[in-house]
Amino acid sequence: MTLSILIWLPLVVAVLGAIWGGAAPKVAPRLALVGSLATLAIAISFVVRYDTGGGLQFVTDRSWISTLGISYSLGLDGLNVVLVLLATVLFAGATLAANLRDWDRPGQFYLWLGAGQTAVLGAFCAQDLILFVAYFDLMLIPFYFLTGIWGAGDRDERVRATTKLVIYTLVGSLLMLVAAVATGVLTAQQHSTDLTFSLAALARLPLSTGSQEWIFLCFAAAFLVKMPAFPVHGWLPDGYRTMPLPALAAFSGVVSKVAAYGFLRIVLPVFPDASVHFQELLLLIAVASILYGSAMAFSTTNARLVIGFSSVAQMGFITLGIFALNQDGVQGALLQMVNHGLVTLPLFFIVGLLAARAGGSEDLRDMGGIAFRAPVLASLFLIVGLATLAMPGSANFVGEFLILLGVFRAKIVFAFVASVGVVMASVYVLRAFIRAMHNRVGPSVDSREVTFGDLAVLAPLVLVILALALYPQFGLKRSEPAAKASVAAVSTSSNAVASTAEAKP
Amino acid sequence: MSVLAIAAAHAKAPHIDYAGLSPFFALMGGALLTLIVGLAPGRWVRNATPLLAIAALGTAIGLGVWQFGETTSLVSGALVSDDLTLTLLFAFCAAGIGAVLLAWRSHAAQEASPGEFFSLLLFSILGMAILVAATNLVTLFLGFELLSIPLYVLCATELRRERSLESGLKYLIVGSAGSATLVYGLALIYGATGSTDYAGIDKAIASGAGVGGDVLLLSGIGLTLVGLAFKASVAPFHQWTPDVYEGAPTPVTAFMAVATKAAALGVLLRLFDSALIGSQTDWAPLLAALAAITIIVGNVGALGQTSLKRMLAYSGVAQAGYMLAGVVVASQLGAQATVFYIVVYLFMNLAAFAVIVARERVSSEGDDLAAFAGLGRTQPLLAWPLTIAMLALAGIPATAGFIGKVYLIDALVNGDYAWLAIVLVIGSMISLGYYLRVVATMWMREAPDAPAAPVAVGASGLPVIAGGSQEADALDEAAARLQPEVLLVAWIAAIATVVLGIVPQPLFELAEHAGKALTGIF
Repeated sequence: MTLSILIWLPLVVAVLGAIWGGAAPKVAPRLALVGSLATLAIAISFVVRYDTGGGLQFVTDRSWISTLGISYSLGLDGLNVVLVLLATVLFAGATLAANLRDWDRPGQFYLWLGAGQTAVLGAFCAQDLILFVAYFDLMLIPFYFLTGIWGAGDRDERVRATTKLVIYTLVGSLLMLVAAVATGVLTAQQHSTDLTFSLAALARLPLSTGSQEWIFLCFAAAFLVKMPAFPVHGWLPDGYRTMPLPALAAFSGVVSKVAAYGFLRIVLPVFPDASVHFQELLLLIAVASILYGSAMAFSTTNARLVIGFSSVAQMGFITLGIFALNQDGVQGALLQMVNHGLVTLPLFFIVGLLAARAGGSEDLRDMGGIAFRAPVLASLFLIVGLATLAMPGSANFVGEFLILLGVFRAKIVFAFVASVGVVMASVYVLRAFIRAMHNRVGPSVDSREVTFGDLAVLAPLVLVILALALYPQFGLKRSEPAAKASVAAVSTSSNAVASTAEAKP
Repeated sequence: MSVLAIAAAHAKAPHIDYAGLSPFFALMGGALLTLIVGLAPGRWVRNATPLLAIAALGTAIGLGVWQFGETTSLVSGALVSDDLTLTLLFAFCAAGIGAVLLAWRSHAAQEASPGEFFSLLLFSILGMAILVAATNLVTLFLGFELLSIPLYVLCATELRRERSLESGLKYLIVGSAGSATLVYGLALIYGATGSTDYAGIDKAIASGAGVGGDVLLLSGIGLTLVGLAFKASVAPFHQWTPDVYEGAPTPVTAFMAVATKAAALGVLLRLFDSALIGSQTDWAPLLAALAAITIIVGNVGALGQTSLKRMLAYSGVAQAGYMLAGVVVASQLGAQATVFYIVVYLFMNLAAFAVIVARERVSSEGDDLAAFAGLGRTQPLLAWPLTIAMLALAGIPATAGFIGKVYLIDALVNGDYAWLAIVLVIGSMISLGYYLRVVATMWMREAPDAPAAPVAVGASGLPVIAGGSQEADALDEAAARLQPEVLLVAWIAAIATVVLGIVPQPLFELAEHAGKALTGIF
């Protein structure tokens, strides 16, 4: 069984559903659910068979466009094996959550959801630079349609949201396309080799420092927009407010991780000199994202945006870990990607449940006093909330600890500032929890307990969060060799910088 | 008798390679036959002439496949039949078949009498083939005029619609100015190099004639470029494009947008990358600046358009800029990327125009964006091809448009024109603004409350004129239904766009063959 099956299955199932769905409206949702569960099963089988010893496994490598040296090259290693699993878990959860309600034109809705999953899995598995860029750009289209057609709010709001989303993302993506092509072409010119875009080959043949720097900036722009990070997050409020919840859960949970993963898979190994050169810039952006995201998260009253801005802060932590440029930071970042993905889906789903109980409003001021009548919902929310604020004992705590440890070793100042973010996280999470669950009963609140269907979405994810809290080694063990490999080039480069700096005086 | 025999023995008639010329003969024969059959009385002509035209185009493609891979110089060096010629010939014929299908039951063809309409179309394609096959400045100009004159007429074939007549007249005036500039430029090149033959010009430039700051040669090149830029609608010589595209009958617009552009870029490739390659350092910066201006002007111009045909006209200007970028670098890679993009561009645009044709026939809004509101719900069979076309034009992955852009960027970076690659992607970013607006209109807006009742556009209000056909008006009733041949064009083009985006290798090989025909560049 190859990775291609894993990647393309969701799309194939979705297309079948779209074709059949015209006749019977119930077919498409059920088929999509079966498809996403089957994809999850395949992903689990890959993780089970994955040899934790490291190295690239389950490799598919075919020439795609031989003229341009582009290959259809896939593989799993420590960086992406857990992320692939995360993506399939979240998409299965999102599909299940979507199944609980009826969508207009269901065939198309699940078509785009399936296409989104295919693009995300493809981006995670790609081992060829152009293939990665293709999947990365492709991710945008499904979410564009999902937001524009099934989004909340009136048409103008949706159009504004999709326009912002597309413009922001594609400005980054298209610059990345030029940068990616330039990487291949300049590598071939500088080393007089054949044109290749294979990531492994590019990592072996570093570019000259001058070329690395502008290419690095193009890639960083694309990834930071997608995350989103502080100065380039302008699409986030509109986008998050309008995106339909299942799509939003998948988007916030997985798509943002593809961007962070891109730093680890491409930027650090292929542009090590530039990564060292721009380390402080990226750390600055990360810290700014943490502070800005946290501050916004405890000042906004829209429940979705609380989670949205908390993602900005969390993605800031992940960027921080990556640009600590050492093994602890990178491993912490990888673990935190999984943690954050796992809490995002339940949080957004709970927001949906709360809104249903607060007369359709997603404003925290309209909620309150639900916990008394709905203790199960409240407990589930609390567990997820505590995981989000990185309570000691949760896997998030381990992740943030490793990240801060890495940064302390690299740049101590940034670590001190970032620690503030840990405190701020507890403020915004607990504020949202108290406002929504306790306090006086909101004006039009109708407290109901979760239904069996809701529980079917929430319980497994909460169980996964708990399991990971007990055994974070699941992620750490698999990522260790890959994290080492990812920072290897950077540390040689920074050692070189350090030694020349010492040699100078 | 004996005098004639002696004369025949002494006159040196050039050797004519009939096999190499066969695709040209197929087009010419088809054009003449269509014209004659079109004169016959009876209704059957209406279907017979387009079928004949398609048969002629199919034959030309078949003969082209037969000749593929051979490089033959025809008619003592006036033309060359090589892989570049034939690849572009395939593109012209494919565009021609698409245009014939779209025009089959259109007003334009019926009003202008089908025989003449389809015959003019074939003559124009013959002109394109001669233009890109030309290896001599004189044949170049012949081809250029043979391409243009039928098009002036075709634009004005909707005799009873003022816009169509206006479009034809505008195109005639602007086109004539372009031709005049071109012929002036060609004369100056001849003056500077002493030869009308491409090989002779190349040799003269290589041996030092007119290299560097020679005003004669440079102004010749400049004027030639301007003349061709008019045809390819390269900014700042593009102003006629939106008006003419909007006014012309849509099948003709589709044909102009696709085939004329391909021909103009094909001749630019052949002329600049073979005859004038010696002075590449002189013209490359000029061409690069033109390409950059074209990309920006076209994309920005398209942003404000509500007529889809006008929008596609501006988008075509921008796309011409992308393709011109491939000519700038004067490398094998650049030439191949241009040929690749020409073919891809053909499919993307045919899909879009086919949907516009289908929509125009039933909607009272014509080609206005409003006519496409809610199309995703009411007519997904039409909405999908247009969606694919728009996404492909914008360069989204999994479509051929993405691969085409990667190829062009690759060529540009390789040729040390990375800044032009950046301009190209900035253009693409701007372009998303208008391409996605079309997609959003189709999928995210509701159809107007009262479903647009089929409006027989011609039946009401149009003056009856001498020669106007009552039957053509009656045809509108039938036209209001969704027509299978239009749908076929839309879907084949859309599927080709996606398939070439996923399995592009065959097209790469075709482009490689075509590029190799230009032996002067590496």
